[in-house]
Amino acid sequence: MAGLIKTNPSTTLRADPTTTVGADSSATLRAGITPPRWLLAELTYACPLQCPYCSNPLDYTKYQTELDTEDWKRVLTQARKMGAVQLGFSGGEPLTRKDLTELVKHARDLGYYSNLITSGYGLTEEKIIQLKEAGLDHIQVSIQASSQELNDHIAGTASFEHKKQVAHLVKKHGYPMVLCVVIHRENIHQMPEILAMAEELGADYLELANTQYYGWAHANRDLLLPTQAQFKKAEAIAQAFKETVTGKMKIYYVVPDFYEDRPKACMNGWGTTFLTVAPDGVALPCHSARDLPGLNCPNVKDYSVEEIWNESKAFNFFRGDDWMKEPCRSCDEKDKDFGGCHCQAYLLTGDMYNADPVCSKSPDHGVIQQAIDSAAKSALSANEKPLLFRNSKNSKLLS
Amino acid sequence: MTINPELPIKFSRTHRLQWEEAQQKNVILYPEGMVELNESSAEILKLCDGTRNLAQIVSDLEQKFSTSGLTNDITAFLEVALQNGWINQN
Repeated sequence: MAGLIKTNPSTTLRADPTTTVGADSSATLRAGITPPRWLLAELTYACPLQCPYCSNPLDYTKYQTELDTEDWKRVLTQARKMGAVQLGFSGGEPLTRKDLTELVKHARDLGYYSNLITSGYGLTEEKIIQLKEAGLDHIQVSIQASSQELNDHIAGTASFEHKKQVAHLVKKHGYPMVLCVVIHRENIHQMPEILAMAEELGADYLELANTQYYGWAHANRDLLLPTQAQFKKAEAIAQAFKETVTGKMKIYYVVPDFYEDRPKACMNGWGTTFLTVAPDGVALPCHSARDLPGLNCPNVKDYSVEEIWNESKAFNFFRGDDWMKEPCRSCDEKDKDFGGCHCQAYLLTGDMYNADPVCSKSPDHGVIQQAIDSAAKSALSANEKPLLFRNSKNSKLLS
Repeated sequence: MTINPELPIKFSRTHRLQWEEAQQKNVILYPEGMVELNESSAEILKLCDGTRNLAQIVSDLEQKFSTSGLTNDITAFLEVALQNGWINQN
């Protein structure tokens, strides 16, 4: 797997442990706490697509209120002051926010590197130019598959041709273009065609994101999780392709952690690097943390980013290793993966303090094999249940 | 990929080189990523403005820091930069 693999695209931004914020900085940090470097601004949960692996919460319809423009500007300013430099405008579909250009302009004035993480749906050439002028640095376009039929089925919206057109326009206007394809059982067989499509569209980066099983993907896991043989085949194809595009296209590969022996170093360590702000203003140490019990994640309407990052219970919850139980506590790899993902531990074992069950040292590791077996059985079944699409009707049913 | 000594070297227009006050460092920013630079790397990249070739960059830096013999170090760094797409020549 060497070479192709990057553990998680969200960890490309490495927090430098030696970095300190000195007396000349206008924000202060508590001893031992590293500053945020990555701010993920989830502007809205509204989205014209219905992807069944969406990472938004299943009950997203419960959170209808959205921060207003001034709230977001304040959050951007405060986080930047602390040292955040990478900024993702995400959602939902961030293009549905009428103030997106204004926020991009504000971000550029502050010195952020701004990433627009979009489905491309509804993105016009006029808007692409307007965002460029406002200072947007990069546009990541997601495509669901290499064929129109499958793309439109997975997206739940006829969008394939438009997305390809958007990818061309992104390139035309001088942005670095990242094509993101989420990989799962429905499209993993298209790997050769997905790679050819990325090359044809002139992608500077291709993110092959093996589905991470949270939120909607967790609910659809039996229908989305490929077999190990399918993964190995797809990965070998991607690896061979990578060697043919060296210097032209970079490939980010999000590891299918269900087939790993060790968990991912989730979020580069809790409260070390990443800050997500949800549409309603709730600040999260990772975008799934909203589902963890008892964190009482604070809202940016009530507290400054500095107070949240330094003082809040939620952001201090899994800092360091005092919280760890065995087998993590005495594990010589605990500084490497920090016990893995708490959201996964919670979803699969019911206890967020447990080791991520992906780890072969976890006493609960068997649940991973059970999930794999269950998905394989479902794939063979003559009357497999249909995919649960991410839309307001299904969200309300699940709330 | 190696540096062509004849051609001028230009910092990539799809990357951004920026001073970060909070980190007291120059960094390269690109889609969802960041590279932290030490002082000498930053000095070299700042001269990659599309007007200087390798020899001119070396000579400018040797003059600035009143030293000599920087050719090998600078060439090695620029080749890494080229491979990473931080700079280009054309």
